[in-house]
Amino acid sequence: MPEIMYREALNQALAEEMERDANVFLIGEEVGKYQGAFKVSQGLLQRFGSARVVDAPISELGFTGLGIGAAMVGLRPVVEMMTFNFAILAMDQILNGAAKIRHMSGGQLRVPIVIRGPEGTGGRLSSQHSQVFDSIYSNFPGIKVVAPATPKDAKGLLKTAIRDDNPVIVFEAERLYAVKGEVPEGELLIPIGKAEVKREGKDVSLITWSRMYYYVEQAAAELEKEGIHPEILDLRSLRPLDEEAILATARKTNRVVIVEEGWPHVGMGAQIADLLQHKAFDYLDAPVLRVSGLDVNMSYAANLENLIQPTLARIVGAVKKVLYLEEK
Amino acid sequence: MASALKKETLLQMYRSMVLIRRFEERAAQQYGLGKIAGFCHLYIGQEAVAVGATEAIRPDDYVITAYRDHGQALARGADPGMVMAELFGRSTGYSKGKGGSMHLFDIEHHFYGGFAIVGAQIPLGTGLSFASRYRNEDRITVCLFGDAAANQGAFHESLNMASKWKLPIVYICENNRYGMGTDIARVSAEAEIAKRACAYAMRGEQVDGMDVLKVYEAVKECAEHARSGRGPVLLEAQTYRYRGHSMADPATYREKSEVESERKNDPIPRLRDYILRVKAASEPELDAIDAQIKKIVDEAVKFADASPEPSEDELWHDTIVEPGEPDVRPRERVLGEKVQWPSYPSGKELKVTWEIEPSGKTEKKVG
Repeated sequence: MPEIMYREALNQALAEEMERDANVFLIGEEVGKYQGAFKVSQGLLQRFGSARVVDAPISELGFTGLGIGAAMVGLRPVVEMMTFNFAILAMDQILNGAAKIRHMSGGQLRVPIVIRGPEGTGGRLSSQHSQVFDSIYSNFPGIKVVAPATPKDAKGLLKTAIRDDNPVIVFEAERLYAVKGEVPEGELLIPIGKAEVKREGKDVSLITWSRMYYYVEQAAAELEKEGIHPEILDLRSLRPLDEEAILATARKTNRVVIVEEGWPHVGMGAQIADLLQHKAFDYLDAPVLRVSGLDVNMSYAANLENLIQPTLARIVGAVKKVLYLEEK
Repeated sequence: MASALKKETLLQMYRSMVLIRRFEERAAQQYGLGKIAGFCHLYIGQEAVAVGATEAIRPDDYVITAYRDHGQALARGADPGMVMAELFGRSTGYSKGKGGSMHLFDIEHHFYGGFAIVGAQIPLGTGLSFASRYRNEDRITVCLFGDAAANQGAFHESLNMASKWKLPIVYICENNRYGMGTDIARVSAEAEIAKRACAYAMRGEQVDGMDVLKVYEAVKECAEHARSGRGPVLLEAQTYRYRGHSMADPATYREKSEVESERKNDPIPRLRDYILRVKAASEPELDAIDAQIKKIVDEAVKFADASPEPSEDELWHDTIVEPGEPDVRPRERVLGEKVQWPSYPSGKELKVTWEIEPSGKTEKKVG
């Protein structure tokens, strides 16, 4: 199986879907002539032309709304956000428009649009460029939200998202674009709403998604050395949530640690913990713990930036705590 | 100019304007009776804009507007009973009672809603016209909004893109002089909205929005401009609403004398006088139309009142489209009538020939 980068996987997904369906077009800042701020759209302008790879002005609200309008009459736009930090300007169109048009029209319209781009810690970019929007978007009915960790999932989920008849938010991560992974050749569609057990284990379940998956894998490798066998569940989709997979792993290991990059207050992890206490209560041998970003704004200084994100030590510590291996 | 209009066009405009006026009066009455709730923004006074614009474009052109949307829906041909039922929050409404007054949609008649965030429909309308251009159709979009929406970023962002990409869209600003209770001149450095067009290298014009014939002529010309590939137009229709911003607004911010003076400009008597003057129809003919409209509106209220509320399981529909789920066709669902629904070429059939930047496709020269 060929190993390719996350950004190449996304590029393949876009190219394949644009080839398959002329209704699909890409719009965003620097997607064309510049070849993509993160090179996800490399080569697409040359291949599909300037009406299908549209260099937009820096008008996030405007071009997102334009995409939604085009989707209302059957085109299938992919709106690239240079980063989801800038999508804040377009939130009215996404959350008050795309997410509600089917409802407001009583089922007369559908909005098959994908809004994608990176979120999360940028890497020495301070607070306006380093944040996670998982729980904000996932809070809204009327949209779907995915956050793939691996190149394979990125490709398969983006292709499925483009074919979905609903608005789909695809959260990529700035620091994943160069990560390599195996991606099978040929048609690859990964269903939205299906989590994947990325590592089988029996002692504790580590539930995560997006970039934190790599932190969790590292923690698992550490824990294996001490004879602890964690199971890793990668959610891949945040709305709809794969409740069955979450409950299945909890019933199997009886201990759960949720690892997320975002803030703890009203974070995605709180939703998962709520699900567990309510539907897996009798299976739990310890309280569900969450390892999240710290409840502060992201700093520029390297040491602070590292501390704010979940660390290996915090993940390992949480696992030991639910296994009652820590004295404190 | 107007004398060239056929009798049937004039009578259609008259019928449509009277329908909107009577419908809105009854909506106000039903609001007072508690049958309609929430925000209810009446179109009384502005009828010439929706009617003049609708009659000037093709039935398959797209129309999109804000929350003051009853007039546009009716002008476009929506069933008055089903519009009233939507206002009543009943299952027989266009959106099954889920949208209410601010969210009317009639896709069969290419009316794309009904949006309640000021100016938010402007990028959406721009997207509708982008799709027409992308498919190489000769369809245009008419995007309506109020004067206050012209102070939103959405207005600026949309007009900039539409002009740069020569999108087939006519932006109609219904300048009724007040954004809710605030006189547009109090909060605008330039209160003549049409003048802003020059910032986007776009045609900008004003028209007397209280004269349906002038609106008709102006929109016809703007539509022709947009349809022929020469890009968008910003048309400012100077109009006036006789009622408050919504049913909840007693409109104490305006002088009585201002409203009284504007009433002399009422677009409906103006058209009626014109029709009589050019002898396109007689008094009895117009009276017969009035009587017919009164009956239609009476029946609309009866229909709405007799309709049930949506069933509780409707809560769980129309949020997410399930695989294979068709779109809802309101008149088919409610009245059992077979309707024509918009259809477009599939992704295999569609050939995109448009180039926004013709040089974009050029391969980099090697060596």
